[in-house]
Amino acid sequence: MLEIKTLHASVDGKDILAGVDLTIGAGEVHAIMGPNGSGKSTLAHILAGRDGYEVTGGSVTFAGQDLLALEPEERAAAGLFLAFQYPVEIPGVSNSTFLKTALNAVRRQRGEPELDAMEFLKLIRARTRRLEMSDDMLRRAVNVGFSGGEKKRNEVLQMALLEPKLAVLDETDSGLDIDALKIVADGVNALRGPDHAFLVITHYQRLLTHIVPDHVHVLVRGRIVRSGGKELADELERNGYAEFGYDEAA
Amino acid sequence: MDDARTPTSSAWVDRFEAALAEPVASAATVGGDRLAALRRAGRTRFRDLGFPTRRVEAWKYTSLAELADTPHLPAPVGPDGDDGVSAPPVPPPVLGAIEGAAPAARLVLVNGRVDAALSSIGPLPDGVVAGSLAAALRDTPALVADRLGAAAAIDDGALIALNTAFFDDGVVVIVPPGVELAAPVELTLIGRAGEAPLAWHPRLILAVGAGSRVTVVEHHLGGGRYFSNLVTEVAVGAGARLGHYRVQAEAAAAAHVSTITARLERDAVYETLTLSGGARVARNEVRAVVAGTGAECRLYGAYLARGRQILDNTTVIDHAVPGTRSRQVFQGAIDDQARGVFQGKVVVRPDAQKTDGYQLNRALLLSERAEIDSKPELEIFADDVKCSHGATAGEIDDSQLFYLQSRGIGRDEARGLLTRAFLGEVIAEIEDERVRAALGDLVGAWMDRP
Amino acid sequence: MAATVDTVDTVHAVTAQKYKYGFFTDIEVETAPKGLDEDTIRFISAKKGEPAWLLEWRLKAFRHWQGMVEPSWAKVAYDPIDYQDIHYYAAPKTKARPKSLDEVDPELLRTYEKLGIPLREQELLAGVEPTVAVDAVFDSVSVATTFKAKLEEYGVIFCSISEAVEKHPELVRKYLGSVVPYSDNYFATLNSAVFTDGSFVYVPKGVRCPMELSTYFRINAQNTGQFERTLIIADPGSYVSYLEGCTAPQRDENQLHAAVVELIAHDDAQIKYSTVQNWYPGDENGVGGIYNFVTKRGACRGRNSKISWTQVETGSAITWKYPSCILQGDGSVGEFYSVAITNNCQQADTGTKMIHIGRNTRSTIVSKGISAGRSQNTYRGLVRIQPGAEGARNYTQCDSLLIGDRCGAHTVPYIESRNRTARVEHEATTAKISEDQLFYCRQRGLGQEDAVSLIVNGFCKQVLQELPMEFAVEAQKLVGISLEGSVG
Repeated sequence: MLEIKTLHASVDGKDILAGVDLTIGAGEVHAIMGPNGSGKSTLAHILAGRDGYEVTGGSVTFAGQDLLALEPEERAAAGLFLAFQYPVEIPGVSNSTFLKTALNAVRRQRGEPELDAMEFLKLIRARTRRLEMSDDMLRRAVNVGFSGGEKKRNEVLQMALLEPKLAVLDETDSGLDIDALKIVADGVNALRGPDHAFLVITHYQRLLTHIVPDHVHVLVRGRIVRSGGKELADELERNGYAEFGYDEAA
Repeated sequence: MDDARTPTSSAWVDRFEAALAEPVASAATVGGDRLAALRRAGRTRFRDLGFPTRRVEAWKYTSLAELADTPHLPAPVGPDGDDGVSAPPVPPPVLGAIEGAAPAARLVLVNGRVDAALSSIGPLPDGVVAGSLAAALRDTPALVADRLGAAAAIDDGALIALNTAFFDDGVVVIVPPGVELAAPVELTLIGRAGEAPLAWHPRLILAVGAGSRVTVVEHHLGGGRYFSNLVTEVAVGAGARLGHYRVQAEAAAAAHVSTITARLERDAVYETLTLSGGARVARNEVRAVVAGTGAECRLYGAYLARGRQILDNTTVIDHAVPGTRSRQVFQGAIDDQARGVFQGKVVVRPDAQKTDGYQLNRALLLSERAEIDSKPELEIFADDVKCSHGATAGEIDDSQLFYLQSRGIGRDEARGLLTRAFLGEVIAEIEDERVRAALGDLVGAWMDRP
Repeated sequence: MAATVDTVDTVHAVTAQKYKYGFFTDIEVETAPKGLDEDTIRFISAKKGEPAWLLEWRLKAFRHWQGMVEPSWAKVAYDPIDYQDIHYYAAPKTKARPKSLDEVDPELLRTYEKLGIPLREQELLAGVEPTVAVDAVFDSVSVATTFKAKLEEYGVIFCSISEAVEKHPELVRKYLGSVVPYSDNYFATLNSAVFTDGSFVYVPKGVRCPMELSTYFRINAQNTGQFERTLIIADPGSYVSYLEGCTAPQRDENQLHAAVVELIAHDDAQIKYSTVQNWYPGDENGVGGIYNFVTKRGACRGRNSKISWTQVETGSAITWKYPSCILQGDGSVGEFYSVAITNNCQQADTGTKMIHIGRNTRSTIVSKGISAGRSQNTYRGLVRIQPGAEGARNYTQCDSLLIGDRCGAHTVPYIESRNRTARVEHEATTAKISEDQLFYCRQRGLGQEDAVSLIVNGFCKQVLQELPMEFAVEAQKLVGISLEGSVG
């Protein structure tokens, strides 16, 4: 469903990705692990279509489409979701307005009927309950004044609402305590199924004990240097990235 | 009211010009044709503009119209004359007093002219110049001629034009690239006048070469009726740093107008603070062009206005290139029937992206008839910028006052304490600890003044 | 950066056809000959059958105006206006003032229908209380006012100012020019000389006006200026909420609109005045559009009175307006909530004046300026605390948002305090739409336009929420439309 072929990319003329190859089938859960600066977040941003990254080579196809040719919102409509490492605050726009606008924009692009206020309310209530979110969080402006945990839960809520074919979780575990981590993981696991694949990007193995991956890849210096099953994550937890010529203390 | 071009301003110039003593007139011809042309242009320009009235937007809150009606004459040349007026004693250096160390150079100006006998210039590093402008024009004209009018264009206002027409001395501080001057350069400007009003127009040149660091301290004081119209041209070279701290404690009957025009090159830092407490009417105007990426301009001002004083702080910061910063904090306490004025303008030119501009001005009104007028202005032509300003006016916080009183401090003393703390907030912005201490002490002394 | 360029391009593509009110109504009109002299004024006055005192007042204003100079302090630039090249009177040809809506020219009714303005009372469902009464001003005259009878039951007078001159001369004579004197400023003085129509509202003591009152201004005729005059009087303890909207056909020439609005609030009275200004803004190259030079001022004469201005300014080639409050009564309150959006070549210089005279007077200013394209957007405001204004309070917040790197956003506040017990606070910020916010929205599936609209609406929320419900939704849409094709 997602096929990345020898992807090269640079930022401000500096090469960050040096030929990434990765294939994710429908419903699979992949994890990408790697030290700081290895290009993990760059990969996530390029998949979502963020400005400022230059793709210098390779290709990405997603559900049969040339992903790199699409606008960010078209990628969203095609079923690609990015859970942000740092969710953005939008003052003055209530969370529920934002969610409804986003959901209907995606439904419109997919040729599905838009939800009216009542239908939306019903849907959102069901989702928030599962994530232990209060109604108050829906009334407040998007991410404004949210704690780190609330922001991440809000990301998962949006994911649950938009039901993407592929969700990219960019360091979703950063800054979360264990309770928040569990709630987020539960949200992800609840969505897990043949129609929903995941690409979990993380520095630590911790998240992967809650979201158990089918495949683990190690990204170092812009290249996937090793791939394996979930046991690879444990190995990395024990040995760090040193065996890949990467000294974390440096 | 008349328009800005008052016939009396022309009469003022005619009278002043006619009374210029011969030696001064010839001193004023030093500097060659360029300077002569500059002076002529200044004279014409001032005749066109006249002393600003409140109808001129840049002078909306401070009129100098009354100066036009005051028959100021040039100060007589030479030591104390027969007029029975003697100069106030020369105060200790502002920073020297704290440090116990001699300044690198101390220049004392009486009525706008350097008094060599009162000045002392220590051994300076190679290439550093600190001395009289008149002397420099006479002895080393090549060193200064091109710097005159480089930053202060007569089109920038009537007072610059007037200064350009008539300056006959002033100060030159030139620091070549790569010099760190540990001790400050102290400038003491003393006004000596009696009942007959005098006027002078000193010109200061402060040029700091690339990578150099210098501290300049200015102290203005005096006695009698006079009008000091100062223009300072500041050039801060690439990566250089100039700390420029000023104490304005002019005589109660004096008019003081200071215009600083500064130009900052790449990664330069210009930090200036003016402590204003003197004069009947005073204008402290700073016009800075932040012309090099990475440069930072910090303008600070603290003022204490009493009696019927008008203390005006006006700034224009022009962010001309991308990636520059400015920070302005002006705070003042206004008592009796005095008036405080703050006008601050931040301009961000087209393409001056990533500009970071901050401006704060706060006024404390201490009496029933005190007044503050402020106009903090933003003029922005680039989109990727972060600019903000804040302004407040009000009286001393009741709850703070009560808290101090409840601890046994008398009401007046508590008010004094809080006012001093308020002015101290600005001084705390200064990077250099010795300067903070010295200026803090000065504010304390002012507060104790009756 | 790429996102910005895209957005700017899109804006260019859509703006030309976005002004959906740009149509022209072909209707027979009667106009005064072009030009302005005392005869023009006599003509207008005679047309309206005015009493002698009003003609004298107009002439006094005109004579004063001839000695005045057009102001040049605002940050707006435009070619000189030829005041002799304008028709000062244009009215649809009708026999007499229609006595009921049935007598109104159907073409006019159709025009307002097209603009989405309900002029048919009977269309209301039985049993439903009407929420808005409308006075429709077409070029120089009021063509219809709805629900007059219903309002009369409450003693509320809502009619055109021409009708008020005729039927309630004592009220008009007492208040006209009492807040904005005929000699006030260049454009107000011109208006005093040549004003043709406008709305008049009087709310008697203790009455809460049972519905929103609204005036809808439409400039239709060519080469015509619109000079309307609105007067609202709220007697002690009364309340009224008034809205105005305006549109004009799309034309290559500039048309002048110089209105005057005077509000008077007595003891404990409240006037809420909302404007959604959507005059034709000109095309993307700055050709055509309305010159909007407006003087709006309210006097809080009585104790604890309150005047609240809310404006959403999206139209006009040039906007020059400063809705102000004179806070005379002790404890009176003035508010100014403003959204000003400029795109393409529009220029807006707008803000407010809050003059604190009475004790414990309070004012709040919230201004949100959004500049896009090559436009210039200036907030200009004055807060003045007079010596007698013990305990006065002002809070001002001015935020500017820039979209694209060829526009300008300027803030020019004047703050004058002469009372130490007064507390004045002013804050201003300038920023651009954040790339992060835009990307976040787009990642969630919103198109560029929708994302901009959503973020800007959030930026303006504090102001938009002050609008009456009926207008709020419309205004939110307008915010999006005005900015279509602009980002940062």
